[in-house]
Amino acid sequence: MTESTGNAIHTIDLSKHFGAVRAVDDLTVAIPKTGITSIVGPNGSGKSTLVNLLSGTLPLDGGIVIIEGVGLRVVKAHESPQYGVTRTFQEVRLFEQISAWDNIMVVLTERRLIRSLFERVTPSHKETAERILREVGMWEKRDAMAGELSYGQRKLLEIGRALAMDAQTYLFDEPFAGLFPEMLERVKEIVVTMREQGRTLIFISHNMDIVRELPDHLIVLDSGRLLTEGEVDDVLSREEVIEAYLGE
Amino acid sequence: MSLITQAMRGLRASGPLRGIPRANVERIATILVLVWAVGFMLWQGAGFTITLTTVFAIWAILAVSLNLVVGFTGLLSVGHIGFFGIGAYTMAILASDASYDQLRTESIPTPDWPFFAALPIGIAIAGLVALGVGVVFNRFRDDIFVLVSFGFAIISFSFFLNLRELTRGAFGIHEIPRPAFGGWVLDGEVEFLAFALVCLALVVLICWLIVTSSFGRVLTAIREDEEAIAVFGYRVTHFKLAVWVLSAMMAGLAGALFASWTSFIDPNSFILLESMLLTAIVILGGLATIWGSLLGALAFVLLEEGMRFLPFLPPEFVGQARQVVLGVLLVVLMLFRPQGLVGRYQL
Repeated sequence: MTESTGNAIHTIDLSKHFGAVRAVDDLTVAIPKTGITSIVGPNGSGKSTLVNLLSGTLPLDGGIVIIEGVGLRVVKAHESPQYGVTRTFQEVRLFEQISAWDNIMVVLTERRLIRSLFERVTPSHKETAERILREVGMWEKRDAMAGELSYGQRKLLEIGRALAMDAQTYLFDEPFAGLFPEMLERVKEIVVTMREQGRTLIFISHNMDIVRELPDHLIVLDSGRLLTEGEVDDVLSREEVIEAYLGE
Repeated sequence: MSLITQAMRGLRASGPLRGIPRANVERIATILVLVWAVGFMLWQGAGFTITLTTVFAIWAILAVSLNLVVGFTGLLSVGHIGFFGIGAYTMAILASDASYDQLRTESIPTPDWPFFAALPIGIAIAGLVALGVGVVFNRFRDDIFVLVSFGFAIISFSFFLNLRELTRGAFGIHEIPRPAFGGWVLDGEVEFLAFALVCLALVVLICWLIVTSSFGRVLTAIREDEEAIAVFGYRVTHFKLAVWVLSAMMAGLAGALFASWTSFIDPNSFILLESMLLTAIVILGGLATIWGSLLGALAFVLLEEGMRFLPFLPPEFVGQARQVVLGVLLVVLMLFRPQGLVGRYQL
């Protein structure tokens, strides 16, 4: 099934249940191809589950995901990069006992099994890894084991690893959470640069200052359902959003 | 956090190795094992050295190949002995030229193939069995993987023991030939040792090429977080299956060498305990390091053979004593140096 739209991702009646809990409940939502989209909502509203479904980390229970015009009833994690989608995780998930350098390198190299057996690191791989590590401010820490890095450095490295994928659509699950101001500014710069490069960026955040500042489009979820969506100022001014979910 | 975990962390933090740089510990461990080896060999003379080095070569092939699965990919297998046995039995069945009809015991056909005709078949069958088993095992990780690999070791042993039409069961298979290049038979111990060392060098080279390739880096990422690496476009199950099969084929090679060297095999060489010892060697030497597996195999062989010469230890207890010593060594290592003698990765 294919569909040509201006959306990066479009879900139709997407659902995911954990026992009796409907984490994502017949969710139909469209994420524009251009600009930054933020997903907000209270804890348990289904934000991370949605990202897990879109990236194939969790299997769908029902519905369709349309990515880049291709309709999928099954999203497989290893196939998501074929549709130009990559992600970061809510709890940072690096390859802990290998170096920061190898954490980047591992996503730059060959995917095909037989070819990967005969592939060594090329100057082009090294160039890209160095560029990415410098971009996220981790060049000096390139030889450190990922597990030995501070929380903020780990977040930056994880974002770097996603950037190394050179994808069209990035799903960032709480990229600003727990960061010191200096690192938070760096992540904001990266996000803005990505928008300027024409990438599609979708991030989850609880930081309302950032939600007011960065995204062009806002999606509010509640109990796995779409509460509202639209332009940021418009959505944030809606009574039900203010009262029920933003606590302001 | 459990009390045991807390206690272990406390011991590690305050242990005798705390504060010593990692490179120094590795250097000291390497020098100690090598000095021990050289001293022992000088003491015991050439004949013993040749035997000991041949045993080392076979165990080292097994350890290096298992480290691909356990150390680099993070799949704690205790079933590797099954593939070792498949290689050994294939060699024995295809190459033995014994006349069983005269022995009044279980008779099996003896095709009397040359060593080099049986060798690729043994390696291929180990690989094919690994492929079949691996398709099922691919679903599992961590504790469950340990259990299913444990099951594989038991089932393999059961086949070796009970498939008497092929294996002669407990009677074993004898008169397994040595390798021969045309008319030149490697029936001398030195010649066989040289051949075994060439095989070991080949296995080490292949493993080195694997772990330094992009494939090898993906394996380490799978070990760390296979769900995360899948998101970046890797078919994790394919990579796991491939390394599992490659590792099993190398174990098959070790088995064929073993059968040819001893000229007789029976199921007792392929019991679960041997598999556990093998896994212990890999952990002892160091996970995710080829050098660690070589060092672990050397330390194990020295320990095993060295205990024969302890004056206070009756010969009939040597076998049990090596298990106790290796077990204690493992516990001590897990407490104070969980990455093994020269390893970097912790289970």
